[in-house]
Amino acid sequence: MKIDKEYDVVVVGAGPAGSVAAKFAAEKGVSVLALEKDREIGTPVRCGEAVSHEGIAEFIVPDEKFISSHIDKFTLISPDGTEVTIPLEQKGYMLNRQLFDKAVAEEAMNSGAKFLTNAYVHGLLFEDGKVSGVKVKHYGEEYEIKSKIVIAADGVESRVGRWAGLTTHVDFREMEGAYQIVAANISVPTDTLIFYFGEDVAPEGYLWVFPKGEGKANIGIGVSGEIGKTKSAYKYLNEFVDRKYPEASMLSTVSGGVPCTPSLKKIFAPGIILVGDAARQVNPLSGGGIASGMIGGSIGGTVAGEAVIENRPDKLSEYQERWEKRLGKRHRIFDKVKNGVYNFSDEQFNSLAKSFSKVPFEKRTLGNLFKKALINQPSLLIEAAKIFVMD
Amino acid sequence: MLLIKITPDKCDYCGTCVGVCPEDAIELTDSTIDIDEELCTNCSKCVWVCPIDVLIFDKNKLKEKE
Repeated sequence: MKIDKEYDVVVVGAGPAGSVAAKFAAEKGVSVLALEKDREIGTPVRCGEAVSHEGIAEFIVPDEKFISSHIDKFTLISPDGTEVTIPLEQKGYMLNRQLFDKAVAEEAMNSGAKFLTNAYVHGLLFEDGKVSGVKVKHYGEEYEIKSKIVIAADGVESRVGRWAGLTTHVDFREMEGAYQIVAANISVPTDTLIFYFGEDVAPEGYLWVFPKGEGKANIGIGVSGEIGKTKSAYKYLNEFVDRKYPEASMLSTVSGGVPCTPSLKKIFAPGIILVGDAARQVNPLSGGGIASGMIGGSIGGTVAGEAVIENRPDKLSEYQERWEKRLGKRHRIFDKVKNGVYNFSDEQFNSLAKSFSKVPFEKRTLGNLFKKALINQPSLLIEAAKIFVMD
Repeated sequence: MLLIKITPDKCDYCGTCVGVCPEDAIELTDSTIDIDEELCTNCSKCVWVCPIDVLIFDKNKLKEKE
């Protein structure tokens, strides 16, 4: 495959954030090359795969080819087994990320971006203290590719940003080590996301059971580094599955990391910006990163394209401003709420579930749930209220 | 002396360890993992976040050292 020696924009990583960044940059009319470390875009799937309609609709038309299930409610299960089912105000999807990621990449290709798989970026090029390209290995060959702007979408590792001098490492207490399986031969409703809470099942977080069509589910757990000192995600998940779904078989297993922290303080440096997990653009409360990563990617790609067209390298700082305005501030509030909610005792979860189960089904909203959850924590209640009044 | 032990056969190459390493001492591709002995301080953060117990703190080696 023909690779030029120079592109306006080089994107490192072809997950949803990287591909959306490539698309938005290419739409500005600049040349874009996206480099994916893995042999195949969309694999392995390190993700719970749930997303809201509005989370993806801004970037791609929802298509049955990459949707595994349609979601219209979620169920919270407290430590004593009390179940509360809450209707979703906005419908959602369980994605097939293997196909979804390829579809998003194809959108970028259709806009003119070029993609290369099995392309491992192992270093950056610098010129006058500014990032000026990447060093990449592709089937044993080494290439140096120059670029005006590098967009680092290299995921949880986030090494590219470090090479540019940015601080990207996550406090181990805020990094969730996640382990998940796609299980077959289990019985779950196909329209409901299920969340388990409690000290035994998922301390300081939740265990998810998300349907992937008839008889199948994505089951996973994230465990913070603090909890991981004594017990890993792998052990928590296996204990749960053995107890709850002894008949289950595995279609796939995978591990991954979720940076449950507000986004980085600085997500740009001369000649480079960070998007998606690499910038820690993950909702710290839910651990969800598909939609927010794509939002980060779209802003980053747009600003990068404009910076090239206008020949204004200084413009990259606008990316940070636009991100802060759109989601950055919101994520910092979510982070505070997370620290309140995930420190709940089993008794608190049980009494919350019992009291919320008395609320009529049609009046159950996420906002009401948070109000109840935080009623005894006025400072957090105010923080949570901001989420529902902002934009 | 490097006291963090890797079981490469177990590794999923997910990068969670890389994301918490304060020294950028872990080199990871889609099928290899390696710790730079010069950079590693044995702080064990990678051990704690690893979802599937690939990285362990080698107590026996610590005893040998002592």
